[in-house]
Amino acid sequence: MKIRTLFSELAKALGNAIWFLVLLFPLMVMKVNVIGGKALVTFRWNFVPVLFITAFVLSFIWKRALIWNEHRQDKIPSQTFSYKIKVTLQLYFKNKAIKIGSTLLLIAFVGVFPFLFGMYHTNVMITAFIYVILALGLNIVVGLGGLLNLGYAAFFAVGAYTYGLLWKYVGPSFVSAGVDTGWLFWIALPLAGIIATIFGILLSLPVLRLRGDYLAIITLAFGEIVRMVLQNSGQITGGATGISLIPRPWFFGMKLAPKQAAVYIYYIVVVLVIFTIYVVRRIEDSRVGRALEAMREDEIACQAMGIDLVRNKLITFALGAFFAGIAGVVLAAQTTYINPDSFTLWESIIILMAIVIGGTGSIPGAIGGAMLLKLLPEYFRPLAQYRMLIYGVAMILVIIFKSDGLLPRHRKQYTFEEKSDSNASAGAAK
Amino acid sequence: MDYFLKLFLSGTAKGSIYALIALGYTMVYGIIQLINFAHGEVYMIGGFTALIFGGFFYTMGMPVWMVLLLSVILAVLFSAAFGFTIERIAYRPLRNKPRLSALISAIGISMILQNFVLLAQTEKYLSYPSYLPEFAFLQPFRQYINSTQFIILVVTAIIMIFLTILIKFTRIGKAMRATAQDKYMAQLVGVNINQVISITFIIGSALAAVGGVLICSYMGQINYYIGFVAGIKAFVAAVLGGIGSIPGAVLGSFILGWTESLGTGYISSDYEDAFAFIILILILVLKPDGILGKNQKQKV
Repeated sequence: MKIRTLFSELAKALGNAIWFLVLLFPLMVMKVNVIGGKALVTFRWNFVPVLFITAFVLSFIWKRALIWNEHRQDKIPSQTFSYKIKVTLQLYFKNKAIKIGSTLLLIAFVGVFPFLFGMYHTNVMITAFIYVILALGLNIVVGLGGLLNLGYAAFFAVGAYTYGLLWKYVGPSFVSAGVDTGWLFWIALPLAGIIATIFGILLSLPVLRLRGDYLAIITLAFGEIVRMVLQNSGQITGGATGISLIPRPWFFGMKLAPKQAAVYIYYIVVVLVIFTIYVVRRIEDSRVGRALEAMREDEIACQAMGIDLVRNKLITFALGAFFAGIAGVVLAAQTTYINPDSFTLWESIIILMAIVIGGTGSIPGAIGGAMLLKLLPEYFRPLAQYRMLIYGVAMILVIIFKSDGLLPRHRKQYTFEEKSDSNASAGAAK
Repeated sequence: MDYFLKLFLSGTAKGSIYALIALGYTMVYGIIQLINFAHGEVYMIGGFTALIFGGFFYTMGMPVWMVLLLSVILAVLFSAAFGFTIERIAYRPLRNKPRLSALISAIGISMILQNFVLLAQTEKYLSYPSYLPEFAFLQPFRQYINSTQFIILVVTAIIMIFLTILIKFTRIGKAMRATAQDKYMAQLVGVNINQVISITFIIGSALAAVGGVLICSYMGQINYYIGFVAGIKAFVAAVLGGIGSIPGAVLGSFILGWTESLGTGYISSDYEDAFAFIILILILVLKPDGILGKNQKQKV
């Protein structure tokens, strides 16, 4: 880098710093407090130098980072460092022993996790896995079908409330009949899936004609209506206070201590995650999955090819809703308490963020994204009050510097491999 | 009938404020097809800036009308600057990326601004001192409309007229319409796209700031979270009228305001927000592109 460009960049950074100093002055330096109907303003002058220096340094780094990001995309992909790592990894993973070994290692780690770490971490992990199920379910709708859904938390709520209401209305008769209330969980699990699916189909009926952002806003409206109905029909759903003391799942009639119950639910959710991954993977390469991808790319061309759009949209929403319903039951069983506040628009947005940051349409992406978004704030607790701020900044950084997501989806490619030339095959196998 | 008129007028006042925010949404959407989730936050910042400067000037001992004028002007300037900066940082690097990325970036900005105000100012609800004057000539009508509502109506009407003139008859308005129609073609005939987008953000944010000051005076309180809800409602209004269409946003906002006002007045106040969403679903089912939206033919 030449000295002159460095100076001009420093000058620009200085200009930016002054701009930010002025821009943030009223909110950062002046602090308002309203006492007796009068607004009183105090000044915090010590923030001025801090703000100025931070803005100067950050804007300089930001500029360099943007330039670096542009040049990074200009490079030939086969020469970049990350590509080399990827190729080497793929070579290693072609080795059967390594593949099986690493899978076993992962399974073993997931299996012994609750015994290695305490109850707190187990509970955190359960929440993260619930979000993995949600992200995988939404990934069918948004990633495969290309239908932006901002009301996904509604199905989550339907699932949780299916269990909650089952407990509230059927539970007493179980108790009086002397049957273990833990059975309710196993009844609720498939039932919630079915009811959420019905809700998914109900939602998809009005939206069949809509496209793009109209679809997004109508799903948002649906999500909010469901939440408001739950909140305001107090006699039936318990209103804003919700439903409490929901029983934990049945385990051979044993009374489990909270810690044991957490471990038990942990294994249930692991099984459900594996089930979800299996189903989603099977769907992806099936006739329906291909049809959904075609629908995402171009609806009209898709119709011209003889694909029934109505049927496919119904399937998309129904499948997505099904997994959310299941996740909802697990949430209710884990927390033993549900109320409408757990199913706000933010919840839908966080699930959507998980799949976009992970890489839209990619299964490892959805899993990674959901884990990241749920575990990061949990372990950032020491920074409690700055947590959401960091969260937002991290999101923007990821999306600007890696807009395909962290683990982007790769289309399956069938490559022609020559037998003699091993180099060419390594290069072609993407 | 009196009751109906009262509800109708308060719905109109509410609708006018929604319109001020919805215009920013719809203008930005029309030009870069982005749901600008951070728009509600700009409106909240407008309200806060006015409160801060208003308090400062008031303690300096300025007359009330001057406090009002200066604080509104400064709020508009600062919000416009915020809108401009947000576009530069969070949206411009993503201009040629998939649309979902920009949406996530917008949500990120929204979270940052909310928490920034939460940390830098306060997490409490502050009561909003109103510097708006009381009009004596409204006394006979005070059972239908109060001064704040009257001011809201007048200010919104004036702004609408200015905006219409700006978009219909000025050079920059023409450039904006051209960009909304076809970005690449506009570029070919010499429109500076970046400039047009920046100006759109500036105008939208300035309108949001006016809306922020008005609604905070009307409601009498402010909090770091008010932007989110208002932003969603304004977005609903913009979609209702057909997103991307400016008269549509205004019409949608009024329909939303009336629905909420009449719905809470006649049916139940528990479901205030639900009325907005139900009317949205009904209208979109009947008319998928919004009331005044262009029915675009999709091409392969």
